[in-house]
Amino acid sequence: MNNAWLTVLRRDLLLALRRRSDVATTLFFFLIVSSLFPLGIGPEPAVLSSIAPGVLWVAALLAGMISLTRLFSADFADGSLEQMLLAPQPLALLVTAKILAHWLVCGLPVVLLAPLIGLQYALPNEALLILVVSLLLGTPALSLIGAIGAALTLGVRGSGLLVALLVLPLYIPVLIFGAGAVAASQHGMSAEAHLSLLAACSLLALVLAPLATAAALRVSVE
Amino acid sequence: MLTAQGLACLRGDRLLFKNINFELEAGGLLYVLGENGSGKSSLLRLLCGLLMPEVGTVFWCGKKIRQDAENYLSDLTYLGHLNGLKDDLTAQENLQISAHLAGNPVSEEGAQTALAAIGIARCANLPVRVLSQGQKRRVALATLWLSKSKLWILDEPFAALDAASVEVLASRLGEHMANGGMTIITTHQDVAINAQSTQTLRLSA
Repeated sequence: MNNAWLTVLRRDLLLALRRRSDVATTLFFFLIVSSLFPLGIGPEPAVLSSIAPGVLWVAALLAGMISLTRLFSADFADGSLEQMLLAPQPLALLVTAKILAHWLVCGLPVVLLAPLIGLQYALPNEALLILVVSLLLGTPALSLIGAIGAALTLGVRGSGLLVALLVLPLYIPVLIFGAGAVAASQHGMSAEAHLSLLAACSLLALVLAPLATAAALRVSVE
Repeated sequence: MLTAQGLACLRGDRLLFKNINFELEAGGLLYVLGENGSGKSSLLRLLCGLLMPEVGTVFWCGKKIRQDAENYLSDLTYLGHLNGLKDDLTAQENLQISAHLAGNPVSEEGAQTALAAIGIARCANLPVRVLSQGQKRRVALATLWLSKSKLWILDEPFAALDAASVEVLASRLGEHMANGGMTIITTHQDVAINAQSTQTLRLSA
């Protein structure tokens, strides 16, 4: 059972490795969007550091979303999704492997790049650390929730925009707690409550999203 | 072993077929024939459980396939008209992945042997992207040399194959049935396949 899970994970990572441009697009999108704000707003450290948590979190959220449509669409087009549906293992389990691969390829690099971008916004060290921790706890929820949207819009025309409309409202709690954690630490308060809630979002998503995604995939493939 | 009772399929508001009944025993071969658009592929997808029938039930060893999905799926190999291959992976990698997913992992040599059996050993390390249509089909069909499933459901397996490959595949299908396996295929070609019992199901548009 674990064997098939690992196979799917390894397959998706291998595919990402063979198509590095897809990964690079996500990262460059994050880099450019988050660099545009300081250029547009001006170099006031006080202003920049006060908008930083929100801007960086929104940029991370959008970066994760542009790669979402690719999560299942390629597999759907070449028929390998059908084969996955017909594997004897539970589909929800295989779906978690695909989502984990998506996070490792699109979420983790953003988390690692965030402190560098944070420097542009004159964030103090303490806040940079909380930014990384909050992204680390929150981005898995983005991939998990996004997978439901990706599965629902499979094979629909103009699915890219539809995914955004479906998924962005569901991202709101994650955004509030994530940006809230960084803002709290900037104001000298403890970010613990925000981080706990963020972790709770991810855990809840981990339990529910694979099941919902699997159900949505079965409907989409019909 | 595989029993279909009163199957009907509705796509949109069009009734593709209704009242399909058959029983397939070990060693049996079922041809599904019909014009383009008569619902052959839909019937096969329905038998796999990818599609829900409007009415009717499919039983595997006496149990409904949806209820006993894990057992049924480990006994089933399905090949649709999409090959299910990843363009960026090599033929051998593709084959190993699909074998893993089906629950019987295979070594590199095992995959090479299967590819050799259908005559594309020299494409083993090429990315599938550069292969021709017929070669891709053969990579997908190589799974049948690794498959331990009892029931094979194949949608147009002979399409895009050259004459020599058609013969190789037909003899593999014969071997499967001789070992007590079951096969359901759709085809437009006249290919002789040996089986302990042969049935034909004709769908009319």
